[in-house]
Amino acid sequence: MTTLTAACAFGVIAVLIFVLGYIAFQGISSLSWQFLVQTPKPVGEGGGIGNAIVGSLILLGLASCVGIPLGIIIGTYLAEMGDGWFGTIVRFVADTMIGIPSIVFGVFVYAVVVLQQGYFSTLAGALSLALIMIPIVTRTTEEMVRLVPKSMREGALALGAPQWRVTKDIVIPAAMTGIATGAMLAVARVLGETAPLLFTAFGSRFYNIYLDEPMASMTVQIYNYAISPFEEWHAKAWAATLVLVTLILFINIIVRFLTRRKY
Amino acid sequence: MSKISVSDLNFFYGKAQALHDISIDIPEREVVAFIGPSGCGKSTFLRTLNRMNDTIPIARVEGKVMIDGKDVYEPNTDVASLRRKVGMVFQKSNPFPKSIFENVAYGIRINGIHKNRADLYERVEKALNDAALLGEVKDRMNTSAFGLSGGQQQRLCIARALAVQPEVILMDEPASALDPIATQKIEELIVELKKQYTIAIVTHNMQQAARVSDRTAFFMLGKLVEVNPTQKMFTNPDEKLTEDYITGRFG
Repeated sequence: MTTLTAACAFGVIAVLIFVLGYIAFQGISSLSWQFLVQTPKPVGEGGGIGNAIVGSLILLGLASCVGIPLGIIIGTYLAEMGDGWFGTIVRFVADTMIGIPSIVFGVFVYAVVVLQQGYFSTLAGALSLALIMIPIVTRTTEEMVRLVPKSMREGALALGAPQWRVTKDIVIPAAMTGIATGAMLAVARVLGETAPLLFTAFGSRFYNIYLDEPMASMTVQIYNYAISPFEEWHAKAWAATLVLVTLILFINIIVRFLTRRKY
Repeated sequence: MSKISVSDLNFFYGKAQALHDISIDIPEREVVAFIGPSGCGKSTFLRTLNRMNDTIPIARVEGKVMIDGKDVYEPNTDVASLRRKVGMVFQKSNPFPKSIFENVAYGIRINGIHKNRADLYERVEKALNDAALLGEVKDRMNTSAFGLSGGQQQRLCIARALAVQPEVILMDEPASALDPIATQKIEELIVELKKQYTIAIVTHNMQQAARVSDRTAFFMLGKLVEVNPTQKMFTNPDEKLTEDYITGRFG
C-alpha cells in the first residue's frame, strides 16, 4: 500500500517536474531584460511582454480586490450560518459556477458589459476574472472555517463575545492559512486564464494604466505569440509561459509568508 | 440567599428530554460538584446556567434558572453580559490562536472593561496571577498559547475566564485531560478561587469531588438524585442509588 501510494505520488510529481522543466528549457533562451520590459514588436525586431506583465498584474489585482473578500465573506456565511435553504442555494450556485468553463464568463461579461459600453476594457476583464474567483474562494473558505473546532468558538462565546466578533476575531484568523491557500488557488487559476480576457480586456500592444481601455495580459500575449507562424514568436511564447509560472510561484511564496501561522 | 437557584428545570434536545425537573440551590462562594455516569446530563445542566446551550438550534428549556434573583431565561436577558458574569472553563483546553497575553486580554477587550493600555496589562497580569500561571509565563507573554503544556493551557483558560471579572465559574471536567500533577494544581486553584467566586464543577473523578467541593450533586439519567454537603454525601448519603454509585457498584 505504501509502495503504491508512493509510486502514484512520484508519478504525479514527475509529470509536474517534466512540464516545468520543459517550459524552463524552451523558454530560458529567449528570456532577457528587454523581453521583460519591452512591448511587442514586429517579427525580427525583438520586443517583449512588459506591457502584458503589467496588464496581467493590474487585471489580477482588480479581480482579487473584488473576488477574494467577497469569496471569504460568502464562504464564512455558508460555514457559520448557511445551514438553511438559502445557504443550500448559495452553495449549489457556487458549485455550479466552479464547473462553468471560463469562456462562458468571458462571453457573459462581453454581453452585459462590453456590448453595452461599446468597447473592450480592463474593468470588464477584471470582472470576468473576479466571477471565476468568487466561487473558488467561497468553497475553500467554507471548508476551512468549518474545520475550526467548536470548542474554540465556545471559548469566545463563554466570555460574552457576540457571534460576529467570534467569527471575526477567532474563527477567521484560525482558518487564515487555509483561506489563503484557497485564495492562491483562485489567483493561480485566473492568472492562467485566456479565454475570458479575449472577450473583455481584449489585449493591447502598449503600456496602459487606464481601466476603460483594452489591456494586455500575459496569457493573451502567449496565445498571440503561439498561434503565429514564426519560430521566433514561438520561442517568445515559451519564455512568456516561464515568466507566468515564475510569477505565480512568487505570489504564492509572498502570500505564504504574509499569512504564516504566527501563534 | 442562594447565588444560583434552579427550579423545575426541564431540558430537551428536540423530542428527547435530557433533564427532568431539576431543582437545586447553589450558595455564594461555595464549590458544588456534579457527579454521575456519562450521559446523565450533568454537562448539559452546567451549560444551561450560562445559556451555552443556546448554540444548539433544537434545544429547548423549561423552568427557571435564577442567578442573583433574575431569571436568565427571561426574553430580555442580555446573554453576553450573563456569560461575562458566569464564566466557563471547558473539558478540553481551548486557547485562541493568539499570544498568551492576547488570550487573556481578549475578554477584557471585547467587553471594554479596561480604561487604558496600562490598565489592560495590569488586569491580564492579575488574572494570570490568580490562575497561578503568571510565574511560568511572564517572560513569554507574546509567544503562542499553543506552546504551553496541557495543564498550563487549562490554567490559561481559567485566567481568561477570570479576566472578565465573573461572579460564577462553571467548570466542565476541567482536569480530565491532565496528568496528576497538573490536576493537583487545578484543584488547589479551585479551592483558592472559592474565596471570591461561586464555582460549579462537573467531574467524573469522585475523589476530586470529595477534595474540592463543599456540596455534591448526583445526577442519573437526567434526574438529580441527591444533593447534600460533600462530607455527608460520601459518608452517609440519603439515597441508596447514590451510595451504590459512590462505592463503585455501577457506573
